[in-house]
Amino acid sequence: MQDQPSPDAILVAVVAWLRGTAADALPAHARFEAKVAAGAIELVRRQIGAEPSESDEARMLSALVDDAGGLAASTKRLCAQIDSGEADLSTPGLSDLLVETTLNKIDIDQPEFSAAARLRTLAQRRRGMP
Amino acid sequence: MIIAAQDILHPQTALQNVLAGLVCTLDPATQGIKGLRRLSGGASQETWSFQMDGGQGHHLILRREPAAARSGGSGIGMAAEAQVIKRVIAAGVPAPRIEHELTPDDGIGAGFVMARIDGEALPHRILRDEAYAPARAKFAHQAGEILARIHQTDPTGLPIPAQSPREVLDDLADRHGAFGAARPVFSLALRWLAENAPEPRTPKLVHGDFRMGNLMLGPEGIRGVLDWELAHIGDPLADMGWLCMESWRFGNAEPVGGLGRREDLFAGYEAAGGDPVDPATVRWWEILSALRWGVIIEEMAAWVREGTDTSVERHVIARRASETEAILLLHLMEGVA
Repeated sequence: MQDQPSPDAILVAVVAWLRGTAADALPAHARFEAKVAAGAIELVRRQIGAEPSESDEARMLSALVDDAGGLAASTKRLCAQIDSGEADLSTPGLSDLLVETTLNKIDIDQPEFSAAARLRTLAQRRRGMP
Repeated sequence: MIIAAQDILHPQTALQNVLAGLVCTLDPATQGIKGLRRLSGGASQETWSFQMDGGQGHHLILRREPAAARSGGSGIGMAAEAQVIKRVIAAGVPAPRIEHELTPDDGIGAGFVMARIDGEALPHRILRDEAYAPARAKFAHQAGEILARIHQTDPTGLPIPAQSPREVLDDLADRHGAFGAARPVFSLALRWLAENAPEPRTPKLVHGDFRMGNLMLGPEGIRGVLDWELAHIGDPLADMGWLCMESWRFGNAEPVGGLGRREDLFAGYEAAGGDPVDPATVRWWEILSALRWGVIIEEMAAWVREGTDTSVERHVIARRASETEAILLLHLMEGVA
């Protein structure tokens, strides 16, 4: 068993150092880059901390396409079906899959982005919540 | 492009020496340059700021092409960009005056030196600082007026490509296929765009990257339109769709650059002599613009993969394709935002 502090606690300390000590000590462009670097670590923290969502994605995908070859191969098959017109948003299960997977991605990449909030509202409404 | 040994050892010193010689030909009373610094931003071109030391003391900007080629879509080239800028200035568009076009004899690559327009281009300051409140109030209308002037500029003889809406869409599909990952949302968006493509209208000069970030503002309003490297001949409403795309609203709700209503943009355009605007076509271009930004992000992710740009900033931008998937999915399922 690894000792404390946890990976998350270490990353929190690095973010605080980048936004404080480093940013204050650096010239303008490097200060901007230090803040970008802090944002990058925040993204990694969210991804490490997220519940594994790929098993849900694989389950929803397997209802639509053959699941041989894993997630990437299944996603490619789904895209081919959309490209050919075989699948579209009226295909049962497709819109649910896309809402859930897109939300899982943006919640890690950019949870504050304006469209993320609207997508969250849409997902809740589809799950039958107020 | 051949890079001399001193450029690798002391690139900034070499640049400093060349620019110092160059400003003396622009203004013999100068003693060289001062304050040379690389500006942030500009993923595809280098931008440097400097000032004449003595003489008229003008603040100047150098734009030049990077040394290394990268994957993905590219601009029209520096010489063509300079020609476009000269043409639009003559047509009354506010843009930075070209002071000198680099020649092979200058020895610092392809590019040009232009006058610096004072003001603010950083979206977050323009959108939030109290000083810019007057500029914000009239932004949408004024952007419409300037776009009308750009689109009325005679593009005859300019060495820039022409693209119909269908060709723009095909180009995006090709670039997504070449550099991107399989994304069901992009596949759905490509089909929707193909099924709803507008009829070709009279082709005009299109800026190609007209958005918050490429507009220099003062408290009183827009002072200059920057970054003409994606200028082309095509559907003029493409510029309006790109300006309204959600990523360029920087968290604000208003569609036109985060600052104004589409109705004001269209009114400014038509008041300045622009052709009547078809809102449905602007909307089509806005959806295409989200996909376009997504494909550009995929290309930037390829730079990271290939090692042509390993900066932290590029790694973070490479994770922004999901923002365009969110925009596109909401559009496909719910319509107008």
